Amino acid sequence: MSLTGTDIRNLFLAALALTICALLPLGDNGYWLGLGVTIAMFTALATSWALFSGPTHYISLATAAFFGVGTYVTGLGIDNLPFWSLVGLAGLIGAILAALVGLATLRLSGVYFVIFTLGLAELVRQVITWVQNNTGQKGLYVLTDLDEAGIYWWLLGLCAIVFLAGWLIGRSRLGFALRIIGDDETVAAHSGINTARAKVLLFMVPGAVAAMTGAILAPRYVYIEPSLAFAPILSFQVVIMALLGGASRLWGPLVGVIPFTFLLEAVSSNFPNQTTLVIGVAFLVIVYLLPGGFVGLLNKIMHRINTRERF
Amino acid sequence: MDILITGILLGGTYALIAMGLNLQYGVARIMNLANGEILVAGGYFAFIAYTSTQLSPILTIFLVAPLAFALNWLIYRVMLQPLVNRAKNRGQLETDSILATFGLSFIGVGLMLSFFGGDYFSYSFMAVPVELLGSTYGANRVLSFVMAVLMCGALYVWLNWSRAGLSIRAIATAPASARLVGIDVKHLSALAFALGGAVTAVGGALISTYLTLDASTGVVFTLKALIIVIMGGVGDVRGTIVAALLLGILETVVASLLDPGLTLAAAYVMFLGILLFRPQGLFGKKPT
Amino acid sequence: MNRRPFLKLVSALTIASALVASAASADTIRIGAVAPKTGPLAGGATVTQWPSIYLWVDQVNKAGGLTVDGEQMMIELIEYDDQTNPGETIKAVQRLATQDDAHFIIAPYGTGLNLAAAPLFDRYGYPQIAVSAITDQQADLSDKFPNMFFTLGTTTALAADVVKVLSDMRDAGQMGDKVAMVNVADAFGIELATAAKPLFEGAGFEIVYETSYPLGTQDLSPVIKGAAAAEPDAFVAWSYPPDTFGLTEQAMIENLDVKAFYTAVATPFPGYGARFGAAAEGVLGAGGVNPESPAFMEYAAAHEAVTGSKPDYWASATTYASLEILAQSIEAVGLDRADVTAHLKESTFETILGPISFDENNSNADFWTVGQWQGGVFKGVASRGRDGTVPVILKDGWE
Repeated sequence: MSLTGTDIRNLFLAALALTICALLPLGDNGYWLGLGVTIAMFTALATSWALFSGPTHYISLATAAFFGVGTYVTGLGIDNLPFWSLVGLAGLIGAILAALVGLATLRLSGVYFVIFTLGLAELVRQVITWVQNNTGQKGLYVLTDLDEAGIYWWLLGLCAIVFLAGWLIGRSRLGFALRIIGDDETVAAHSGINTARAKVLLFMVPGAVAAMTGAILAPRYVYIEPSLAFAPILSFQVVIMALLGGASRLWGPLVGVIPFTFLLEAVSSNFPNQTTLVIGVAFLVIVYLLPGGFVGLLNKIMHRINTRERF
Repeated sequence: MDILITGILLGGTYALIAMGLNLQYGVARIMNLANGEILVAGGYFAFIAYTSTQLSPILTIFLVAPLAFALNWLIYRVMLQPLVNRAKNRGQLETDSILATFGLSFIGVGLMLSFFGGDYFSYSFMAVPVELLGSTYGANRVLSFVMAVLMCGALYVWLNWSRAGLSIRAIATAPASARLVGIDVKHLSALAFALGGAVTAVGGALISTYLTLDASTGVVFTLKALIIVIMGGVGDVRGTIVAALLLGILETVVASLLDPGLTLAAAYVMFLGILLFRPQGLFGKKPT
Repeated sequence: MNRRPFLKLVSALTIASALVASAASADTIRIGAVAPKTGPLAGGATVTQWPSIYLWVDQVNKAGGLTVDGEQMMIELIEYDDQTNPGETIKAVQRLATQDDAHFIIAPYGTGLNLAAAPLFDRYGYPQIAVSAITDQQADLSDKFPNMFFTLGTTTALAADVVKVLSDMRDAGQMGDKVAMVNVADAFGIELATAAKPLFEGAGFEIVYETSYPLGTQDLSPVIKGAAAAEPDAFVAWSYPPDTFGLTEQAMIENLDVKAFYTAVATPFPGYGARFGAAAEGVLGAGGVNPESPAFMEYAAAHEAVTGSKPDYWASATTYASLEILAQSIEAVGLDRADVTAHLKESTFETILGPISFDENNSNADFWTVGQWQGGVFKGVASRGRDGTVPVILKDGWE
């Protein structure tokens, strides 16, 4: 694998940005760090989501399922195993679960896949609750010494891995195969690409990342209950943020997550009684005025600048 | 027998929840995530009418239906038509409509909160036992089942034997070709969407007689409706009815014979199973 | 400071708006409140939490405010909707503590959301007088979060007193020893069922039917039919609001023939009595109050006058009492949060529920556990250290 000058420059810039982000807890340990955790969490979730959904055009609503599984891994294991091993374990379980789901479902297309993944989240949640009920497991308390800054760094590390993975996949044969699948699945199959295998492999990425995010965030929630851990709203939020940014580029979801988090923050702090209403309106504005997400908008601007230069 | 009847009654409830969405998704191609809010709004209307003027929910639905029809027609014309026009392909419309109706569902919850507050609304209507073949059932459930049968029957007849119904089915099967044979796709899509909304709101009014709702519960019904519609096959009334009944019977059988804790899990297993073996749903046509 | 430019922009905007708010009110006490207005717990919070907060703020301000160091200070309420999402609760508490500069924050609603907020209350030194958080982990939690106080009781106490009420009825020869026990399969229901099962068995009851159902089950008739088939003497459901209503309605329809019928959360809601009317007579439920006490009657009247709705017969009054406690503590020691916390630990407070004090685990040892609908009012029939319990009556049909 050879690196061009641009690659090295990009890697360097990314590392620099990461370092700057990592310094946030030193500057502010409260409100901004809290927002930082939210942004890091959704960046990891939305970017990994777009890694799969960007090239394949599958809209997955399974994020909450994997996330919930991750929180339960931490919730059940925190008394017996060290935290770092739980995060790894969650990633492993998430990946295996995603592989199983992928094998079963990725031949579905369009809306069927969407609803299937949505049902999956509910199914996993029901099964876990039932097992918990029948084993007489009491409420799960996650009492650790991990503080907000620690969670933030964990998430930031996860984001770095996601971006690195995305970058490597983009350069690999797998990434190339996926782009062809996204353009035309029949062509891809004819040119000897094992489409099913490629899709399943890629689907494991968001599965593992969402489970790890859940595992990392469990200490922040302190008390794990199914209705909070598996809240379906999370899956929708991730989709919306990724699409707002634009799922076609690696950095697309990031430019969706950041403004969206601040928008939500501004809305919920200024309209405490009409939060939902204002979020809904903001949503429609985005859908109608920013059809291609921020990436689309940037492309348009770049395009305009380029054409102007030509004359 | 007892289990079967309970299951069929529950299936009637599910048919009420899903029928409207089927029309909206099957014909107008809008996966309406705000469907549950329309349902809850219908329930609110019945609740207010009943508690303030003692108006029976059976009569309220005749008020709810035209109101919901008008509201949904407006929503389609003002909000969704532009998306349909701008979409280059089916996939883009799907994504756009998911986003737009998701926003709409937030607005729906927000509006209901500011008008009615977040309290539970529940009232007792016909909560008396009815005896059928030696077992007892709630009269309100039996009533709403009868209404579901009537509505589904009327829809089925209308879709199969009226000219408008025929055109609507043509759009559901092949939107592009429908245009070629002189069908006003825009007009009929709006009609189907509005009709779906009206059916959903009426369903909500009926369901409110035995389920406890609040402003935020809409999403629960949206999810259930999506699953039933997909399971039955998009754009097929029979499919939705069969899927709703299957789901109702399965949940009751599992709850009665196995463990009520597994009802929802069983429902999702069946849903996933059906999709695995018939990816297009029970009655769906193979996607082209 | 190493904030990035876009952070600066947004921070400028938010801080500007916060400044406008706080500049106009330099001599008010800023009280923060975060609880669900939307999401699954919104229905409960709208009955129990928000109206009592509004009532308290209204009453304090109409009386001229709180006396802090000899000076009258009005209360400014800053409220946020957490959408029943622990992430939002955390953000809102952070916002209240660091941006709005709230003097005190009212504890959130629900066990999960209270615990998610606990580390932040702890870090910023806010006392957290939790109401709607029922847990057996009070010792562990107050050890880890010394600012956290509990008012509504423990899981085990709630379960144990139900068992006690039922065994008293059995010992009095009013019913046999067969119990049907069901629970909603969510954290709350699972914890209570797990605590109750050995207690029932220890008290010599036979559990003839036991099951759980998922949160959001639309048809509970299989549960009631299954229970009826086991012919129990008592029916106990560790239930949540929508299923409390659903189970009761099914029991009416099936004419479930039991001597004692218990459903948990939402049974004390005024909406329960309004919906079921005479059929509610004799239904047992979680919580209770002494509705005949002058303090409660006065509170209930003011609640309805100010907020337009009736309080429930359990946590509403406790929520209000927690605010009375906070007010008394502020008036005693001022706005310093550490002083208030210390004062909370060592004092006894006069509230509408009677005197409340906190033990070494920061727990209030005196609380209501079981109540019953009698004559259109939900009356406490069992409590820990509270006056005014009334005798239990038998459930006599559903007419």
